Amino acid sequence: MITVQADDLVRILPQAILAGFAILVMVFEPFLPAARKTLLGWFSLFGVVAAGAATIRTSFSPGLAFGNSISADRFSLFFICLFLLVAALTLLGSFHSLERENINHGEFYALLLMATVGMCFMAASTELIMIFLGLEISSLATYVLAGFKRQDALSNEASLKYFLLGSFATAFFLYGIAVVYGLTGTTNLLVLSAQLGRSGEFRPGAVFAWVALLLMFVGLAFKVSTVPFHVWTPDVYQGAPAPVTAFLSVGPKAAAFAVLLRIFLGAFASAGSGVFWVFWASAILTMCLGNLAALLQSNVKRLLAYSAIAHAGYVLVGIAAGRGEGTAPVLFYLTVYALMNVGAFLLVAHLAGTGERWTRIEDFTGLGYQRPAVAACLAAFMLSLAGFPTTAGFFAKFYIFRAAVHSGLIGLTIVAVLTSVVSVYYYFRLIVVMYMREGKAEAASASLPWALRVALAISVVGIFYLGLYPTDFLLLTNLAAVPLP
Amino acid sequence: MIPTHYYLFLGAALFTIGVVGVLTRRNIIVILMSIELILNAVNINLVAFSRYFQAVDGQVFAIFVITDAAAEAAVGLGLIIALFRNKETVNADEIDLLKW
Amino acid sequence: MFGSYLPILVHFVVVVVVAGAIMGLSAWVGVKRPSREKLSPYECGITPVGDARGRFSISFYLVGMLFILFDVEIAFLFPWAVVYRSLGWFGFIEMFLYIVILLAGYLYIWKKGALDWTR
Repeated sequence: MITVQADDLVRILPQAILAGFAILVMVFEPFLPAARKTLLGWFSLFGVVAAGAATIRTSFSPGLAFGNSISADRFSLFFICLFLLVAALTLLGSFHSLERENINHGEFYALLLMATVGMCFMAASTELIMIFLGLEISSLATYVLAGFKRQDALSNEASLKYFLLGSFATAFFLYGIAVVYGLTGTTNLLVLSAQLGRSGEFRPGAVFAWVALLLMFVGLAFKVSTVPFHVWTPDVYQGAPAPVTAFLSVGPKAAAFAVLLRIFLGAFASAGSGVFWVFWASAILTMCLGNLAALLQSNVKRLLAYSAIAHAGYVLVGIAAGRGEGTAPVLFYLTVYALMNVGAFLLVAHLAGTGERWTRIEDFTGLGYQRPAVAACLAAFMLSLAGFPTTAGFFAKFYIFRAAVHSGLIGLTIVAVLTSVVSVYYYFRLIVVMYMREGKAEAASASLPWALRVALAISVVGIFYLGLYPTDFLLLTNLAAVPLP
Repeated sequence: MIPTHYYLFLGAALFTIGVVGVLTRRNIIVILMSIELILNAVNINLVAFSRYFQAVDGQVFAIFVITDAAAEAAVGLGLIIALFRNKETVNADEIDLLKW
Repeated sequence: MFGSYLPILVHFVVVVVVAGAIMGLSAWVGVKRPSREKLSPYECGITPVGDARGRFSISFYLVGMLFILFDVEIAFLFPWAVVYRSLGWFGFIEMFLYIVILLAGYLYIWKKGALDWTR
């Protein structure tokens, strides 16, 4: 006899509300005339806000739900808030670009909410199968979102590449889960961590234990786009509609990092030093290749894609630093990364103009003179991505590197610092083009719609607030990092 | 009674066939089918382990995986149709506008 | 030893008798007006002979997709039906919600015209 307590329902309230709104948006979609679809966008935004309110309610009754498969702890609530923020910013920034590209369909909003639901479940699940389902819910929605510009061959291609490689990777993840189940008889992370904690080493048949861990790592490494599982990233980020790219570059990535933290620093923390070297190696590869390849790009979307790969490398440094040190800086970094990356992509989406014609770096020439405020915004995002002091990007990197040094990862920290020095070059290329070259920026025509202004204001204020007063938020991330299973 | 590891060999073989299929075939629909093969390899493993442990949860997972495979196939076919309407091809070599 | 297989034998005999009766009766009683179309093998509406590489209408894929989605959901109904009594009202409400969500999807594809074969 199964019973569900009221607490069980409260502990998935944010996800339930989001899913409900997604379904309602989908049902309303065919009944609305084409000109009124933005209404559904505002409705979705209302849903995100309602889910945010529900998160507050959930935080008053933390604990496990549904047979220990969902955990409403501070860690998951932190990530749920982060995802809701990303969804809200993307919604605000996408209304106008969608209308401009003539793809303002209600499905966009329904899929965006569904992807958010999946990400929330990824962060909140303590059961491998639930994590897999969350991963698939968010992945399937984002595959479609990447191809949302149906008439555009680039968008088609981006979505198909994303879909083929993505479902290949999730199949690996799933195979890893099956092997874990076969070795231990359970897929619950809490039970696993208790079992493994006792035996010290993830041992019944150590070879298969490694196979399982590596398969799961590959599946998640694809989602966070670490080298060598990054090949899809530049293509998909370039081909997908820019507001979708804003969402893609942050949401699924942060969710996959949440799962990496829960699995590899939580349940399998006792798996020993081998896992550490996997993170170490992929951090170095990712930082080096991401930053070096970004130097060669001429398309802004592709440049930001390689920069997103490089940033995944920095986060991996934090994970390699280990559970005591690394978790809180990783949470801090992901939040900052979300603010600056969503902001940058939304701004690029607007500046690219109809059909996203102007995405080359030269198209931004002289933007600083024609549109000082817009250019200042973009420059702030670039400075923060490069990690300049007074912006949040600086402290994000600083905390990660400090955690790495505390854990004795001197070599890794040196590589990280050197590659972030390299990264300054390509971020500054954009700033130089905007401010120090004469010219008429192709990208500077239309004025900013006010919804986008709100989204950008939130990002910019967030970046400078966290860059000037990081301590309060760092305390918050420390709180959220504690209760990892 | 067939020993459990027979099923595991079958699962591993299907997994390998699926991976090789994804990596070598050029027709997108065949690649999609290869991915589904991997998911079915997982199902065989899950059900075999479920019998080995005399616990039903592996079978429940298999049902979820089946559903997921169906959703994935539907999304995949939808994307392939969208591509075909634009480009009249289902060949992975011909989707080359974006540089890999 | 084979006693437990007796029901299967009975079943087999009943099937043969019933099927034979149906086919025999229709052969004996029925009116026969053969034509070329009627005599060709039945292949679900597709011309049985021709180039195997011929193209299908893209609608087949659309209907195939929708079929997969709504068909596979039955996989959850079977285990649910097995334990329905022990689940009680909880199981009923859960499945009700599940079906409502499915219906929402059905309503969506219907209003979108995906079921309109001639479109």
